[in-house]
Amino acid sequence: MNGTFDIRSESHIEVHKFRAGAIIIATLLALVIQASFPIHFAKAAILDLPLLVTIYFGLSRRNPSTGLLLGMVIGLLQDSLSGPTVPLGLYGIAKTIIGYLASSIGARLDTEHPAARFALTAAFFVAHQGLIVLTRRILLAQPEPWLNMHLFVAALVNALVAVVLFLLLDRLRKN
Amino acid sequence: MVAIPSRHKSLVLLAGIILLQVLLLAVQIKRDSEGRLIRVWTVGAVSPFERAGSYGFGWIRNSWRHYFALQNTTRESEQIRHENEALKLQITQLQGKAAEADRLAALLNFRQAHGDVPMIGARVIGTGAGTASLTIQLDRGERDGIRKNMGVITPDGVVGKVIEAYPNASQVLLLTDKESGVGAMLADSRIQSPVGGQGEPLLVMKYVPNDDGVNLGERVITSGMDRIFPRDLPVGTVAEIKSGNPFKQIRIKPAANLERLEEVLVLLSLRPLEMKNEEDTGDAQPPASGAAKPPAVAKR
Repeated sequence: MNGTFDIRSESHIEVHKFRAGAIIIATLLALVIQASFPIHFAKAAILDLPLLVTIYFGLSRRNPSTGLLLGMVIGLLQDSLSGPTVPLGLYGIAKTIIGYLASSIGARLDTEHPAARFALTAAFFVAHQGLIVLTRRILLAQPEPWLNMHLFVAALVNALVAVVLFLLLDRLRKN
Repeated sequence: MVAIPSRHKSLVLLAGIILLQVLLLAVQIKRDSEGRLIRVWTVGAVSPFERAGSYGFGWIRNSWRHYFALQNTTRESEQIRHENEALKLQITQLQGKAAEADRLAALLNFRQAHGDVPMIGARVIGTGAGTASLTIQLDRGERDGIRKNMGVITPDGVVGKVIEAYPNASQVLLLTDKESGVGAMLADSRIQSPVGGQGEPLLVMKYVPNDDGVNLGERVITSGMDRIFPRDLPVGTVAEIKSGNPFKQIRIKPAANLERLEEVLVLLSLRPLEMKNEEDTGDAQPPASGAAKPPAVAKR
C-alpha cells in the first residue's frame, strides 16, 4: 500500500495473493456474521459484509474471471441464507457483476488508498443495490424504489466499514 | 471452435454466469397469474417463433390449398367435366332407350291388340338419299317375310308401303310422297276418299264433294279398300278445308310422325285385312252423298 490513487497500466498493478484458505474463511465469516449479527443488532442489517468481501477480493485479485466467480459464489450463498423470500440468483447476479467490475477496476487503478476504497465501496454498494432493484423490477416484477436516503446512508456506512475491514483483510495477504 | 480473445474471456464468462443465474431465478419465481417465470419467459421467447411458424405453415398450407392443390382441382374438375359429359351422354342414351322402349312397348301392345294381323317390327336404318322421293330404309327384308307393296304402319297411324324388298332390308315409300296414297275415309262421316302425298308434310284428301260435310280436326282412317292396309287405321286429321271444283281441297295432318320414324310395323299380308278398332262401336257408314267415288287404292 503506497497511499496513492493513480491510474496505471495493468502490467504495473500488483496482484495480491492471500494465505491458503483466507478467501474461503473470510467469505464464510462474512456470511455467518451477516446472517447472525442483525438478529442481535437490528441496525447491523444495514451492512452487507459479503458485498464488502467481494469488493475487497475483487480489487485485490484484479482478475475479472476470479472476481466474478467469487462474487457469484458469495452471492448465491447469501441468497441461500436469506430465506425463501429471496430467490437464488438475486444477490448472485448483483455480486457477480460487482465482482467483475471490482476486479476490472482493480486491474487498472491502484485501490490501496483508504479514500479510494471508501469511494469505490460506496459506488459499488449503490451499484449493487441498483442491480438488485433492477433484478427485482424486471425479473421478479417487484416494484422497489431506485434511490432513497437509506441507500446513501447505507452506502456511506458500508464504505466506512469497508475501509476498516479492508485493512484487516490486508493482513491475510502473502508478503 | 471460434477462439475468444483472452481479454474478452472474462466478459463472456460474466455473461454466461449472469445468464445462468437469470435462468436460475426464472426457474424459482412463480408469478401469481402467469405461473413460473421460466415458463413465462419460455413461452414469451418461443411464442413469436411459434406464431411465425404458424403463420408460415398457414401460408404454405393456404398456398398449397389455393394454388398447388388447384392443379389437382383443375384435374378433378376436368375429370368431373368428362364424367358429367359421359353421364349426360349416358342419360341421353338411356332416355333414348326409354323412349325406344316406350315405342317398342307401344308396338308390342299394338301387335298384341291385333294378334290376328301378321306383322313384324322393323327398325328404320336410313332415309332416302334424295329429295325427289320420300322414302325410308328398314333393317328387315325378304328373309323376314317382307314383300313389295306391304303396308307399313306405327301404332299412331299409316306410314307408307314397301316399294322394294331386299334380302335383309327394304325400302318404304312414305305417305307424304307424291306417288304415295292410301284408301281412306273420314271417321265420322264415313266418306271414303283416297289420301295421297304432295311431297309436303300434309297429305291431301282428293275426292270429297263440296256438299259433303267435313269438319276440321276430323279423324281420317284407312278404309281397307286399297287392299294394302286394314280398315280403321289412323291416317291423320283434317287440318284444312277449302272449297274446290268439283271436290273439296282437304289437307290432312298425318297421324304418324313421318319425320321422326324409328321403329315401324310391316304388315306381312297382302290379303285384305280387318283391323280391330277399340274406338269403333259400329260398322262403317257408307258415303252420305252420291258423289263420284274414285278407286280407294294406293297408286303404286
